[in-house]
Amino acid sequence: MKPAKFEYRAPRELEEALSILAEVGDEGKVLAGGQSLVPSMNFRLARPAVLVDINGIGGIDSVTSSSDHLVIGTLARHVRFERPVTDGPLGHLLALAARKVGHRPIRIRGTFGGSLAHADPAAEWCMIATLLDATMVASSVRGQREITASNFFKTVFSTALEPDELLTEARLPLLNPAAKIGFVEFSRRAGDFAIVAASSVLDVEGGRISTARIALGSVGGTPLRSPAAEAVLQGNVPSGELFAEAGEAAAGDVEPMGDIHGSPEYRRDLVRVLTRRSLQASTEH
Amino acid sequence: MKHQVTLNINGSEHEIFVEARKTLADAIREECGLTGTHLGCEHGVCGACTVLMDGQPVRSCLMFAVQCNGVPLRTVEGLADGDDLHPVQKAFWEHHGLQCGFCTPGFLMLATSVLEQEPDIDDEALREVLSSNLCRCTGYQNILIAVKAAAEEMRG
Ligand SMILES: Cc1cc2nc3c(=O)[nH]c(=O)nc-3n(C[C@H](O)[C@H](O)[C@H](O)COP(=O)(O)OP(=O)(O)OC[C@H]3O[C@@H](n4cnc5c(N)ncnc54)[C@H](O)[C@@H]3O)c2cc1C
Ligand code: FES
Ligand code: FES
Repeated sequence: MKPAKFEYRAPRELEEALSILAEVGDEGKVLAGGQSLVPSMNFRLARPAVLVDINGIGGIDSVTSSSDHLVIGTLARHVRFERPVTDGPLGHLLALAARKVGHRPIRIRGTFGGSLAHADPAAEWCMIATLLDATMVASSVRGQREITASNFFKTVFSTALEPDELLTEARLPLLNPAAKIGFVEFSRRAGDFAIVAASSVLDVEGGRISTARIALGSVGGTPLRSPAAEAVLQGNVPSGELFAEAGEAAAGDVEPMGDIHGSPEYRRDLVRVLTRRSLQASTEH
Repeated sequence: MKHQVTLNINGSEHEIFVEARKTLADAIREECGLTGTHLGCEHGVCGACTVLMDGQPVRSCLMFAVQCNGVPLRTVEGLADGDDLHPVQKAFWEHHGLQCGFCTPGFLMLATSVLEQEPDIDDEALREVLSSNLCRCTGYQNILIAVKAAAEEMRG
């Protein structure tokens, strides 16, 4: 349980990090919080020849709001989101999710961008990025490009990032101040990865749901939206029955995998229940 | 290639010369001779290796020594003042917060950081934080009782 040899580079500037990544190509790995990478190096599942530690780079951990987005620097630590980073429903949603990311010592080191780049389908931040269709910004010596969540997450532990690219920020669209947000997950012990997680955002106008977003975690290779559940909600009056119907629709929308934590049937059942609970909870506060 | 690193542990400087792959936990134990920090799982799950970095609890098995040059670190050896145990240590002793003791250094560091930052932490939040670490012996109840007793003592 000791990592293999690697060369350690600790750039102090973003440009320097990008040129190292360009130089080392797929021999290199970015080290952010290390809370996923170092375990896999200790298991020797990952054996990068060069580790590019970005913790010493200034200015890539900021969290700021523009007129329509919350802009999250890649190195913002999970712990930072435990208290709302912005007024309104988005800050509240992120706080609900943050408290479910591992344990406090993990949240003190682990980073928002590291979680997105790691692309665990059970990860809270990946589900939130999918829910809101966040935009990821990838930088390299070749320039900068924007990738939306639906194009960013490819499959388990795999993203659209190229080996020479650094994820520098994620942009989450701000929510309507009256938006109703929900986030629930089920795991067997505090701090464990979710067996299934569900999240939702509803806008209600004139007593009817004008837009509905549902995202699910840990039910496939990437977090998923549930178009069927969203369609059930759209245009209707929020009610317990409607939410139960949306839960049914979401369960029909997924083909979860089975593993030691739960069979496909069990996960589908959780999708049904957690989707309903997320919607229910969102209209209760 | 080896790196010259200065680890600042409990106020003392340790000049060490290590490969980049040396974890902070292994450097503390093997290079600095401070074997109070224990290694259980080496992948972030058990918390036995918890040390304080700038006052915050971190898993020392998930950091490399080269990342900690000059950063103030605290380990279980720094808790007692000579023969006078730290209130958290005393409370673990008095309330049977340990059996085999393997997990204890990690719990002591975790609890110390929490009580320093949130002396008035409520029971639910405390349970949540303590769930970060694993103990195979006590069943956790006495750990919880001990930390609550220490909290009271530290509030004075
Ligand atoms: C016990 C335990 C429990 C956990 N529980 C949960 C949980 O419940 N939910 C959850 O979501 N996570 C959980 N995690 C994982 C944790 O959230 C990690 O912090 C996160 O997955 C990765 O972030 P990091 O900053 O630690 O990244 P690292 O571990 O440093 O990196 C992870 C991967 O992303 C790449 N990377 C990192 N930053 C960038 C970047 N800016 N650009 C390009 N690539 C980059 C790295 O090269 C690596 O491949 C847990 C971890 C542990 C040890
Ligand atoms: S040894 Fe570090 S968390 Fe288990
Ligand atoms: S006292 Fe034995 S593991 Fe906790």
